[in-house]
Amino acid sequence: MLGSGIINGLIVTAKNFAGSYHDPERMVTVEYPEQKTVLPENYRNFPFLITENATDPMGTLRCVACQICEKECPPQCIIIEKSKDKKPDATGKLQLYPAIFGIDTSVCMSCQICVEVCPFDAIKMDKVFEIATTDRFQDLFLDRERLAKPNSYYHEIHPVEAAEVDGRLLAERKAAEEKAKVAAAAKAAAAAAKPVVTPPPATP
Amino acid sequence: MNPFTPSAPAPFASAPGPTVRAVHDEFHGDLLEVSMGPQHPSTHGVFRMVATLDGEQLVKLKPVFGYLHRNHEKIAENTTYLGSMPYTDRLDYLCSMSTNWAYALAVEKLAGQAVPERAQYLRIIMAELTRLVNHSCLVGFLFNDLGTSFTPLLYAFREREKIIDLFEALSGSRMMCNYQRFGGCRVDPTPEWLAAAQQLVDNFPRFLDEYERMLTGNEIMLARTQGVGRLDATHAINAGITGPVLRASGVDYDLRKVDAYGFYAQFDFRVPLGAHGDTYDRYMMRILEMRESVKILQQAFKRLPAGPIMDPKAKLRGFRPKAGEAYGRLEGPKGELGFFLISDGSPNPYRYRVRPPSLINLTLLEEMCLGHTIADAVVILGSIDIVLGEVDR
Amino acid sequence: METLEQIRARLLLAYPAAQITFVTNPGPAAEHSLLIEAAHAVEIARWLRDDPALRLDYCSNATGVDWPDKTITDVTTTTEPDPAGGPAKTVEIKTTRLQPGYLEAIYHLYSIALKQGPVVIRLRTANRTDAVTLPSLTPTWRSCDFQEREIFDLYGIIFTGHPDLRRLLMWDEFKDHPMRKDYVEPDDYEWEPTAHGAVLERAKPHQSAAAAPAPKMGGTP
Repeated sequence: MLGSGIINGLIVTAKNFAGSYHDPERMVTVEYPEQKTVLPENYRNFPFLITENATDPMGTLRCVACQICEKECPPQCIIIEKSKDKKPDATGKLQLYPAIFGIDTSVCMSCQICVEVCPFDAIKMDKVFEIATTDRFQDLFLDRERLAKPNSYYHEIHPVEAAEVDGRLLAERKAAEEKAKVAAAAKAAAAAAKPVVTPPPATP
Repeated sequence: MNPFTPSAPAPFASAPGPTVRAVHDEFHGDLLEVSMGPQHPSTHGVFRMVATLDGEQLVKLKPVFGYLHRNHEKIAENTTYLGSMPYTDRLDYLCSMSTNWAYALAVEKLAGQAVPERAQYLRIIMAELTRLVNHSCLVGFLFNDLGTSFTPLLYAFREREKIIDLFEALSGSRMMCNYQRFGGCRVDPTPEWLAAAQQLVDNFPRFLDEYERMLTGNEIMLARTQGVGRLDATHAINAGITGPVLRASGVDYDLRKVDAYGFYAQFDFRVPLGAHGDTYDRYMMRILEMRESVKILQQAFKRLPAGPIMDPKAKLRGFRPKAGEAYGRLEGPKGELGFFLISDGSPNPYRYRVRPPSLINLTLLEEMCLGHTIADAVVILGSIDIVLGEVDR
Repeated sequence: METLEQIRARLLLAYPAAQITFVTNPGPAAEHSLLIEAAHAVEIARWLRDDPALRLDYCSNATGVDWPDKTITDVTTTTEPDPAGGPAKTVEIKTTRLQPGYLEAIYHLYSIALKQGPVVIRLRTANRTDAVTLPSLTPTWRSCDFQEREIFDLYGIIFTGHPDLRRLLMWDEFKDHPMRKDYVEPDDYEWEPTAHGAVLERAKPHQSAAAAPAPKMGGTP
């Protein structure tokens, strides 16, 4: 019958119209500013820098200004300038730190490559997406003061990933300490063993 | 009216230069040249067609490209291999997962990089989910292009939304996934993610049934699409048309079967073929391919092996393939998507080329449209399925 | 499918006057190719398409590559015996020669009828400046239509016999060919405070002193 296809279609439309009030399968939108969806753990937006200590963010940046992310960044939106002096990091080792660290978020495309290539777990992806500003230039260029966020914040937004990273760092530090201890012990042993004259190896 | 002359090897509908009027008598006025686009809602982006009309009939149609041109290839030649990966998301922004895979496939071929089994399965899952996203978008937009209704598009977008929510939960971004890496994938999905994806795939045929009930037998749809924009097999092959558009003309050529890249050889699925090569067949191709994709996905979920998702030899930083060249291609949702790379041993590719299915499928647009009205040209363009990020690159 | 060597042998039988060179691909992909002399390219393309054993009816990909002029330094070492009877001296002789550049068009051919491929063929121009014409393969494979236009646009190879050779992606008034390796970007940057130092440097002549506030760079070292 001519027109039966259209009537069939209208039945589907009516079903969907009714369903949009009660069936969760057919309700996928939320009233945004009032309601918000929960962002998934892996959600990523612009990067931020991790600091160990919230009270002294500039003194405890994990970044050592190695500039790998600056080189690897596909749209070249990161600018880093190394410091002239060194500061102790979390393990007490003297390290360089970024004197200037800037991310131009009008260029950044949130691709996460800086996070993947960072060998120090110093840069991670944020979840903040409501970042509209009135100034196109100054407000979208994030300097290191605005980028630095404490490790506790990282735990808040990516709990699983942060726990894994912290565990790994802790293990690495422990291993380094053990190694240092062993090395120190070996040194001490060598120092203690020094008075004993060892015969020089025979040379043919 | 069929504009083809099958004996000629390479047809050109109208030579460049002045157009000859189809009808010439005192009742017909002058030919009218209409520039459709680049800002036109039915050209799917910043695509422009310079159409010459005789009354309402098209006598000449010249596509104009380049409004979204950003020289993606030059950018890629100045970035590292890894650095181009997020840019490939932006080629075909509806199907970033399969574009990622095509690029990874070419680089792996160039460098002789192996991919672990679990990553291959994950890639197939992502590629087929992307196919669902792309095809459901297309059938939604097709009805919009017909000028009849916007409702099917909203239903299609509702289903697409659920899939890209899955992509977001896995890769961190809804459309710009940046998920594949050379030698594997970036993130391993959790069991909860896999369960959610499986549930979605199991429910998907219900949506398809509903959709088909609404559209496939619809009289408006039949009147507007059957016999419109015919494309015969010989010319389609000669013009390099691939994907569902080629198969709608009855040519059995699906790279998932022919090249059997990835692990597709182990999957049981069929390749739907059309008989008439008209717009309706192209629509049906998409519906049937979605059903086959659901079949592939269910098999993949059932057989997904445990194991690593990255090859241990894969390098993230300092990746320098040996000098050589490789052409990797796969069956993207829009057609054959290929990447041609020449390496000279440096960290950047010497030559990086994208073979864009969207652009090459437009080769015969003029031939398909001639003799039809301008309203039909919109439908034909919609049934070819282009994305301007890929056409203009 | 036949190997590329066999195809080359059969092609040489069919076209004894043509120069067909086997180009090795050293990478792991090992997709070797045939370099075909431009004068015979159209006939050979048609032969490849119509040959019953090959039937390469589908040209998947056509692309250009720019190979600029290269100075190559050859180092030859010779050992000269020392007349005084000491140890022999090695002398390095360095000769530099200029390898002329060329533009290349590469075609990836497949067969849909026999489901085989790829066969890769390459065409080279004589140089990069004035002799940049190649025969168009669009009359053989219509799929080269837009791709050859793109090569013409981005590399500047002029395809004779192409029915509609215009720029594809750049606008018609555009002068240069942007994909060439020696292409210089036009100096038309506007002032924008960006993190990217090189752009900032290039933008400097364009900024008026009043309009441009210095970009804010944070941090006290």
